[in-house]
Amino acid sequence: MNNEIYLDNAATTRTCKAAADKVYQIMTEDFGNPSSKHMKGIHEEKLINEARSVIADALKCKPAEIIFTSGGTESNNQAIISTARLCKKNGNHVITSRTEHSSVLKPFEVLEKEGFDVTYLKVDSFGRVDAEEVRKAITDETSLVSIMHVNNEIGSVNDIKSISDVLTQINANRPKNKRIYFHTDAVQGFGKLMYNLKSMKVDMLSVSGHKIHGPKGIGFLYVREGTKTGPFMYGGGQEKNMRSGTHNVPGICGLSEAVKYIHEDHESFTESLYGFKKLLIEELLKIEDVYINGVPNSGQGDAGVCTVTEDDIRKSAPHVVSASFKSIRSEVLLNALSDKGIYVSSGSACSSNRPELSGTLQAIGVEKALLDSTLRFSFSKETCEEDIRELIKALHDLLPVLRQFTVH
Amino acid sequence: MFQAYLLKYAEIGIKGKNRYKFENALCGQIEKRLNHIDGKYKVINERGRIYVEASEDFDRDETVEVMKNTFGVTQVCEVKVIEDKEWNNVCEETAKALIEMYGENNLNFTFKVKSRRSDKRYAMTSPEVCMEMGHFLLERFPDLKVDVHEPKEIIWVEIRDKVYVYSKIIKGVGGMPLGTNGKAMLLLSGGIDSPVAGYMIARRGMLIDAVYFHAPPYTSERAKEKVVDLARIVSSYTGLINLHIINFTDIQMYIYQTCPHDELTIIMRRYMMKIAERIALENDCLALITGESIGQVASQTAHSLLTTNDAVESLPVYRPLIAFDKQDIVDISQEIGTYETSILPFEDCCTIFVAKHPVTKPGLKYIQSSEKKLVDIDSMVEKALETREIVHVTPKR
Repeated sequence: MNNEIYLDNAATTRTCKAAADKVYQIMTEDFGNPSSKHMKGIHEEKLINEARSVIADALKCKPAEIIFTSGGTESNNQAIISTARLCKKNGNHVITSRTEHSSVLKPFEVLEKEGFDVTYLKVDSFGRVDAEEVRKAITDETSLVSIMHVNNEIGSVNDIKSISDVLTQINANRPKNKRIYFHTDAVQGFGKLMYNLKSMKVDMLSVSGHKIHGPKGIGFLYVREGTKTGPFMYGGGQEKNMRSGTHNVPGICGLSEAVKYIHEDHESFTESLYGFKKLLIEELLKIEDVYINGVPNSGQGDAGVCTVTEDDIRKSAPHVVSASFKSIRSEVLLNALSDKGIYVSSGSACSSNRPELSGTLQAIGVEKALLDSTLRFSFSKETCEEDIRELIKALHDLLPVLRQFTVH
Repeated sequence: MFQAYLLKYAEIGIKGKNRYKFENALCGQIEKRLNHIDGKYKVINERGRIYVEASEDFDRDETVEVMKNTFGVTQVCEVKVIEDKEWNNVCEETAKALIEMYGENNLNFTFKVKSRRSDKRYAMTSPEVCMEMGHFLLERFPDLKVDVHEPKEIIWVEIRDKVYVYSKIIKGVGGMPLGTNGKAMLLLSGGIDSPVAGYMIARRGMLIDAVYFHAPPYTSERAKEKVVDLARIVSSYTGLINLHIINFTDIQMYIYQTCPHDELTIIMRRYMMKIAERIALENDCLALITGESIGQVASQTAHSLLTTNDAVESLPVYRPLIAFDKQDIVDISQEIGTYETSILPFEDCCTIFVAKHPVTKPGLKYIQSSEKKLVDIDSMVEKALETREIVHVTPKR
């Protein structure tokens, strides 16, 4: 299908050729079990270690600090549940935000049922957590803070560094066994806005392979040396007892290829994504009654004149644009775009049958009437300007037709 | 493995000279449905009774499930077949059968023995069989008690070419055997009600075909798949359903462009009825079926129903849920297994464009005069009929 325009890269990306080739080669040739004692097993172990080194070099951490998992959900579950449980005797208060991905929110709900006190921090109208709010929420009992880097629905970016600065200050005055650990879900940020740990001092960080042109079913949890966390899966004791289960060698090696791929020219890549985002937002704001979520000051001026600045756009992630289309039901517009070969995502899963409105959109105060009118467009390394222009053209075709049939 | 079952039916027992037709239809249905599952089955129709003998590798639960869900079956009983009719042997085997059915420690209820003797050469009469068996069981199981007026369990002993003993009764779905009452056309949506309505009419012996209206590209492929899935679940009771999928987009858009917006839903439903009736008549259907229920939504108020009904020219419209509360409909949909699929969240053609305040008391005259403005609608209806997709839906293999 050459006419596809795939703008749902925050959901998943196409596996890059290098990764796919690697996966195939390992599945068909280097298929041994790295835990086996024979030569084939030893060879596999070597492949894993090489992959681990590639990823550690890219991330600028030690290879031993990478735990391979099945992806973002497992990484988040392990970081949150295992660490909180291990630290329980030193404190049973944990902190997160209201707009986290469900693979963070649900583990916190589990902890709540186990008797933990959970603080869900509010976000500002662009989806960001204020570091000072984190400071205010911390009590003597706090053991874990988990705040996402980039929001998956609207692309808002949290200032992870300023939050970690707050935690560093507080930790300096606490005894070692009362240390507060900091986890961030970097599934959306890594490979788009952030490429290594230099800019973020965190204890744990979750990454998923298929969001960065790697295979599905693989990801990792970065665990800074000295961080208290335990296994989430029990069994054969792989990954130094931190993650049992036969190593997913094809996935691990495919992931390291994807990491190499996204690190090529990454600065210019991020720049080009911002270019697409600016173009799309500017064009969207020319259409009547379209609102951008998650970008500061992206209001519509008089007569639909765009008021957003380059500077404001750069306060959000480069690859996600969330827009609300007044008087349009998101699923209808999504289906109509899909019919034209343009694949996007609805901002919230909602329907007449079972209303499940987006937590993030509600948390940033999107008008009720717009909750079910929101679409998400998301880019990747394969996105080009032509795609954006086609999308805009399609919206200009569809919106007047669809709005004609909307009844108030 | 071997197990015999006795299947009872109620209404068809009184159909006079047509009775054999109903019995044959019922046996045919049972045979057909059992053919789809593992095991070897023999269905025997004998003097107002249907016996099923299951052998080889069959699953007891599955077999009972299939039999009790066959329309027309009111009761399913596990039967112990005793070949050697010598009385002492009959007593011993009956005792064993009761232990199997209830468990040795649970034989502490009130009971009564009932008997039938179609083998008139047998040395004992029916009353004698009852008395002797009751006496034997009381001695063998001291915690049992006889209560001839309100027994908790009845133990049946039937003397035929062999002796058949049964007691535990599993309730069947009842109704009439499929195919004994012609065919009807179900207006199937993705909701909770229409699959239940189709099931209920099929239970009265009617075969079912269905029509679904979708609005591509505004409704998704998944919404259509969902309706096919619903039809498939219903077909596990009703057999083959020919599902006619009508592309309704152009008609819907045209109505929206031409008629007052608060009348959209009503006019749309009238055209759905008209199209459904056309397909029904082409396919020898004797009625339409809808899942409507008085007052459930704006388009199902008594006034709206009157207006919708007016669009149908010759066929009766069966509305089995007309007086049901929503919760009662939900209960049935959970029982027949359509509920979980019905609540999957996809837009359907009725929800993509809706008026905030639709009319709840539409005047037929006004609606008809609005429809007069739809000058091009007939050709659109023809096109929708011509371009329909037909899916032959059968139960999951």
